[in-house]
Amino acid sequence: MENLPWFLLLIPFASAAIIQLGLKRNAMASSLLSTASVFITLIIAFLLLGKDSASSLTWIEAGNFKLEIGYQLDQLATGMMIVVTGIGFLVHVFSLGYMNDDEAKARYFGCLSLFMFSMTGIVLASNFAMMFIFWELVGLSSYLLIGHWYQKDSAADAAKKAFLVNRIGDFGFMIGILMLWGITGTIVFADMDGASLGTVCSCLAGTAILLVFCGAVGKSAQLPLHVWLPDAMEGPTPVSALIHAATMVAAGVYMMARLYISVGADMIPTWSADTIAWVGGITSLAAALMATQQSDIKKILAYSTLSQLGYMVMAVGLVEPDTGMFHLYTHAWFKALLFLGSACVIFACHHEQNIWKMGGLLKKMPLTGGTFAAGYAALIAVPYVTAGFYSKEEILTAAHGSPLFWVAAFVAFLTTFYMTRLFVVAFLGKSRSENADHAKEVGPIMFVPLIVLAALAIAAGFKPVAELLNAQDPRVEGREHPPIALIVSIVSLVLGLAAGFILYKGKTSDPLSIPLFRNKFYLDEIYQKLVTIFQDAVAAIVHFFDEFIIGGLLVGGATRSAQGVGNIFRNFAQNGKLSGYAYLMGLGAVLVIYFTVFAN
Amino acid sequence: MPFDSLPTPSLNEYLMISGLLFAIGLAGVIIRRNIIVIFMCLEMMLAAASLTLVAFSRFNTVDGLPDYDGQMLVFFVITVAAAEVAVGLAIIVSLYRARQTIHTDELTTLKG
Amino acid sequence: MPSFLFYIFAAIMLIGGTMVVFMRNPVSSALSMVLSFLGLAALFVGLNAYLIGILQILVYAGAIMVLFIFIIMLLDLKKEEKNTFRPAAVAAGIVIPLLLVIQLAGVINKQPDSPKAPQLELKQAAANFDEGTMINKRLSDERLPDTHLIGDKLYTDYNFPLQMVAVLLLVATIGCVTLSKKNTK
Repeated sequence: MENLPWFLLLIPFASAAIIQLGLKRNAMASSLLSTASVFITLIIAFLLLGKDSASSLTWIEAGNFKLEIGYQLDQLATGMMIVVTGIGFLVHVFSLGYMNDDEAKARYFGCLSLFMFSMTGIVLASNFAMMFIFWELVGLSSYLLIGHWYQKDSAADAAKKAFLVNRIGDFGFMIGILMLWGITGTIVFADMDGASLGTVCSCLAGTAILLVFCGAVGKSAQLPLHVWLPDAMEGPTPVSALIHAATMVAAGVYMMARLYISVGADMIPTWSADTIAWVGGITSLAAALMATQQSDIKKILAYSTLSQLGYMVMAVGLVEPDTGMFHLYTHAWFKALLFLGSACVIFACHHEQNIWKMGGLLKKMPLTGGTFAAGYAALIAVPYVTAGFYSKEEILTAAHGSPLFWVAAFVAFLTTFYMTRLFVVAFLGKSRSENADHAKEVGPIMFVPLIVLAALAIAAGFKPVAELLNAQDPRVEGREHPPIALIVSIVSLVLGLAAGFILYKGKTSDPLSIPLFRNKFYLDEIYQKLVTIFQDAVAAIVHFFDEFIIGGLLVGGATRSAQGVGNIFRNFAQNGKLSGYAYLMGLGAVLVIYFTVFAN
Repeated sequence: MPFDSLPTPSLNEYLMISGLLFAIGLAGVIIRRNIIVIFMCLEMMLAAASLTLVAFSRFNTVDGLPDYDGQMLVFFVITVAAAEVAVGLAIIVSLYRARQTIHTDELTTLKG
Repeated sequence: MPSFLFYIFAAIMLIGGTMVVFMRNPVSSALSMVLSFLGLAALFVGLNAYLIGILQILVYAGAIMVLFIFIIMLLDLKKEEKNTFRPAAVAAGIVIPLLLVIQLAGVINKQPDSPKAPQLELKQAAANFDEGTMINKRLSDERLPDTHLIGDKLYTDYNFPLQMVAVLLLVATIGCVTLSKKNTK
């Protein structure tokens, strides 16, 4: 029992290692092994619910500095663990069906196990160093899984982009960890003393917090580092569901919540918390705007994920990490559901992802359509019957009294609008292509996970369920909800539904065309240009420096001056005449005597 | 002894004389082009060094006797010089065989 | 040694040296060198280094000088007709040694009251040597047994260098033979 948490780490790791080292040729065995390993970790996660313990092994010891590998179990970790292993298990099961015909099934499941190992590491980590290591490991597994179909250029590029963009965030994260270490004197979460943040200038403490937040910006795809997430949809759709919707991208929020709990939410300097909140708010707004004009079903969901992550980060920034974690928890279920549903749709439509070439799918795939509708309802926060409503309500409550409230409300309207658009266009009406015409319901191994997720998407917000799953629930404090939050929520829902249905009912092409949103505010292009210009400038400077300063002046100058001096001396001194040499030697002796005896 | 009452030279005079001999040797090395003469001048420079050694040996008495360590050194210098002259002259002979000259002006293989 | 004898022999030595440098004929140079070394040997004797003085004459005048003349004869070197002394070389060859001498004078000037040669205390020194040995007997007779003293040092303190010198001479002999050998393939 004592060592149970270690098995959470070891079992996925063993699975990944066995698949990678021994089972690469045996796709069936590796997929079953990987799924079994997640199932066991899920059981362990359930066994550990409500536990509060910590343990660690010393990894590196240098002087009085100790680096530990350890776990810290508390409500935050065990609740997150359920989300990770639960969705992980369902996605594994789903993948058994979805990836059945894939050529590199063994590699896929090996990477999934590696991801489960890394994600477990982040959740269990007892200190920042360990978290950072596993943080990089999820980055790696995300890279491997996005690039699963590396034969496609777009997938390989997307994987590279995700990795590089994450590196930018992680660099800030690392500096932030070091700064926090400098300020608090420890990197162990349990030993961190928030009071020491108050002893340094708030600009320093705030900078440290913001740099740590940089890691979250990268991993949770906040502005301005959000660009990798939509591209990451090049990976297999179950991967998008698990990594790029439910768990890994939420790791940033989890990490911020962990930080807040460790140092105490009150000690966070206001200005840095405000910055975080506004980054979240703007991300959610921008992503929602972009989502309204996408036509790729996965892209819409990806921008929706961005937008919801923005919500979570906003909640964290409003110094309510509980609220952020609660939304993370509910969002994980219904967003995984939506992605898996879209995976079914894509699977059924022979890898067609354009919603304008779908349509009428609800009749052809009633189970998928029904569960998708459940996820849709949860995302647009249908009052009282869906999980999304409860968490969104908490976020609106948290934002009450700040301009962010209206941002959040507008985003809620946009969310309803674009999700209605997606649902109306893809599932209602008539099918608009042959692929959609021939769509059939998927097999049980794929729709069973959908049904489980649909049940959770509806029920996860109810108090007993949330308590059972040990989620961070801000509602236990029994605080007042301002009535305006509920009103705004319902108004935005109704407006969004109305706008969506009126605009898109029975349409065969998009009646609205806003290039700015469709092209994601041209951010990718701007980045491209900026990077090109910046890189060219740096390259030119470096080239100039290398070619002329180092090559020409330092290295070349040294050789040329040596050569020149050598030539001079060779011409007049090294003339091959013995008496000349004797003369110079005598001169040298005279000079040596002069400098040693007379010069001082 | 008949001359005991006469003044004797001081150490400085010996050093000066040996320095002059050394300078003459050096001048010969620089001026002359006949390698055998240069070699002779080198011998003179060596002898000048010997003179200082013997002078120091005489002017620093140990237990009433000259410091024989200095004279030992001169003894070895003479021996080594003899060996050196033998080898050096052998080299000059083979040089002459190879180049038909012993004039340093014409021996400029070292020119860079 | 009285000062006037010192100056006479020093003059002989320096004049001999100068003649080595300025004689056009190598044979004359070699003979001038003997003259110079004779003066030097006399100075050695004046410094109570009788053995060294004799060796100087025997080795240099007797052996080395003969060797020089032999080689000069062997190579059949003629008197250098012209261009023996080029002005530039002469100027350089005078300036540098002159500078050296000036520097030496400067160093010597720093200690104007230079010591005279101390008196040798032969009787007193005899006490350091065993009764009945030749050195002890000579020293007791107020005579400087300088050959014995050098021999004594040579076979005690300088035994190892002496053997090394023997090896050196052997090497020099072999070297000469190798160098002089005609290159017969």
